[in-house]
Amino acid sequence: MAPFNKVVLAHGSGGRLSRELVESVFLKSFSNPSLRPLEDAAEIKVGGVTLAFTTDSYVVTPVEFPGGDIGRVAVCGTVNDLAVKGARPAALSAGFILEEGFPGALLCRITASMRRAADEAGVSIVTGDTKVVEKGKADGIFINTAGVGLIPKGRRLTSAAVRPGDIIIVSGNLADHGVAVMNARDRLGLEGGVRSDAAPLNGLIEAALRVPGIRAMRDITRGGLATVLNEVSGACGFGAELDENSVPVSPAAKSACALLGLDPLYVANEGKIAVFAAPEAALGILKAMRAHGYGRKAAIVGRMVKEKIPRVRLNTAIGGSRILLMLEGEQLPRIC
Amino acid sequence: MRNAAAERFSSPLWRDRGLASAALSEMEKLALLAAAKNGGRVNFMEVCGTHTMAIAASGMRRLFPEGLRMLSGPGCPVCVTSQGDIDRVLSLTAIPGVIITTFGDMLKVKGSKGLDLHAMRESGADVRVVYSPLDAVALAAAEPARQVVFIGVGFETTAPVIGAAVARAKKMGLKNFSSTAFFKLVPPALELLLSDPGNKIHGFILPGHVSAIIGLEPYRFVAKKYRVPCVVTGFEPLDILTAINMLLKQIVSGKPAVEDEYFRAVPADGNPAAKKLIREVFTVTPASWRAIGTVKNTGLSFSKAYAAFDAVKRFGIKYKEAPEPKGCRCGGILLGKALPPDCPLFGKVCTPSSAVGPCMVSSEGACAAWFKYGN
Repeated sequence: MAPFNKVVLAHGSGGRLSRELVESVFLKSFSNPSLRPLEDAAEIKVGGVTLAFTTDSYVVTPVEFPGGDIGRVAVCGTVNDLAVKGARPAALSAGFILEEGFPGALLCRITASMRRAADEAGVSIVTGDTKVVEKGKADGIFINTAGVGLIPKGRRLTSAAVRPGDIIIVSGNLADHGVAVMNARDRLGLEGGVRSDAAPLNGLIEAALRVPGIRAMRDITRGGLATVLNEVSGACGFGAELDENSVPVSPAAKSACALLGLDPLYVANEGKIAVFAAPEAALGILKAMRAHGYGRKAAIVGRMVKEKIPRVRLNTAIGGSRILLMLEGEQLPRIC
Repeated sequence: MRNAAAERFSSPLWRDRGLASAALSEMEKLALLAAAKNGGRVNFMEVCGTHTMAIAASGMRRLFPEGLRMLSGPGCPVCVTSQGDIDRVLSLTAIPGVIITTFGDMLKVKGSKGLDLHAMRESGADVRVVYSPLDAVALAAAEPARQVVFIGVGFETTAPVIGAAVARAKKMGLKNFSSTAFFKLVPPALELLLSDPGNKIHGFILPGHVSAIIGLEPYRFVAKKYRVPCVVTGFEPLDILTAINMLLKQIVSGKPAVEDEYFRAVPADGNPAAKKLIREVFTVTPASWRAIGTVKNTGLSFSKAYAAFDAVKRFGIKYKEAPEPKGCRCGGILLGKALPPDCPLFGKVCTPSSAVGPCMVSSEGACAAWFKYGN
């Protein structure tokens, strides 16, 4: 018996329904020890070395937006999924599904952008695939990338290792990507110059990992920080506490979210990570992150706590507190 | 809106912890005095869904003094829309060639047959989310061969925006644009609540954005006739804390009035241009409210001059009373007679992903707020 009647859009939101789809369909069908932790990349052992392996498909409208494009996101997303597992990206693949009529010049801009992002990450796109479908059967362009990377000996980063007292650090301002794409897609005309944060973070991550004490890292993409914290909390069995006042969000993104009725804690990023670090190491790690271009606005935003039920609590700006759930359904703009 | 303007209304000071704690300690003292005058309890109602969300999101409920309770009122546009009107919206999707345009909130409100716009879209109806009804007008201009219908629901805040869209469509001579006008009026809603002798409402937090349109005048009867305090309030945490203190002071002094906490946005007479537009495009009519039924003079629909743009008339959609979902207590919650956890379905069969009643569907609904923010 299928666990649900039909696929709905919220199954792709990155929130609770996405999680349910993955667990009740994919995990059930494919179950194996590498897949089971459901982290950003799987760990596999090959000939005595540990590899990280990941794949991701990219669908975004419009394909170009301030700060990036579908190609940049496709490369950065996969690089980051490898890097947060502590892996050094070794090679990427790129598969393209193109709709009949897609402009050649735009495709060339996208591939050039992919090349630039890959160069920045120090990785090559070594294999690929192309399919063309009839007009109307796809939305311009879909890109799938997969990546493989080497996890150095002795390095093991996993959400299950996170402990109470661990400090949560985010690498910079949240919500920029989601706001920039929405603004471009729906021509909202919001001012303030919010740009996508799409960036390869393997450099930043290597710099942070030079300071010992990091237990886990997560790529904060769809579903936002709130979803990442819920996933980590579920994986390690402890609670998380987030301080609203400490969460970095640019004023422009903040007011855009306020206007649209979106919560920055649930909005997607493409160049931000959450780091879970032993308390005594946190300040050193923060300093190392801030010394890197993509981590200048890194901030300590909360801590892991012992709680009866593993869940995420938000200490609000005015001194109140509330539970922070996984994203429910899709984020929809509101009436008034 | 420009971001700079948004900043002016939501400077970080409106979320300042020190100011909040000062307001809360004042509230502690005032609540004691007010409760003593009031038989031990003070129940205030935030009429508007945006306030419900702001209260829940700021986690302030835990900080309120004992004996002070905030009830949610009939101010979430999706929630108050009757089951019969939702059915009318859904039946519009069956008309061949129609493009339905709507605000996102309406997508998942279920009609009496358990279907919603989302389900209609999945089975092939052309349903599109827009951010502004003007986008729907632009769509109609771009697709002259299709009929574009905007789903107009809401209060005085939304009506002028849709009024402006319809006025533009008329000016452009568009024959393929229409809208529903299932609008509700806030002041008559308060009268509905207060005219129930069993009501336990001791004060109203009134929506600042509604008064930015209609001003303060339409609420005077609440203080005068029913002797219930009112404060027109902004949407930041400190706006709400300040307004609660203003309500408490009115109770303590025994002088109910309509005060304006949100004076940085609300002139006493509202927005004359928007009011004029409402008068021109709409006319006061009976409206059908969820859980309350059809009540005369509580809503807006298109005036004679704009009747040609009424989707209900254009497509001959009939209204049929339809029962509320079984077991759902949205009605009681809208009237301030129950809190979301009082509903047997809350959090069990009714969650935002599989909502039974509209208070869980709408992002501004009381049940969604309680569920999402784990109050």
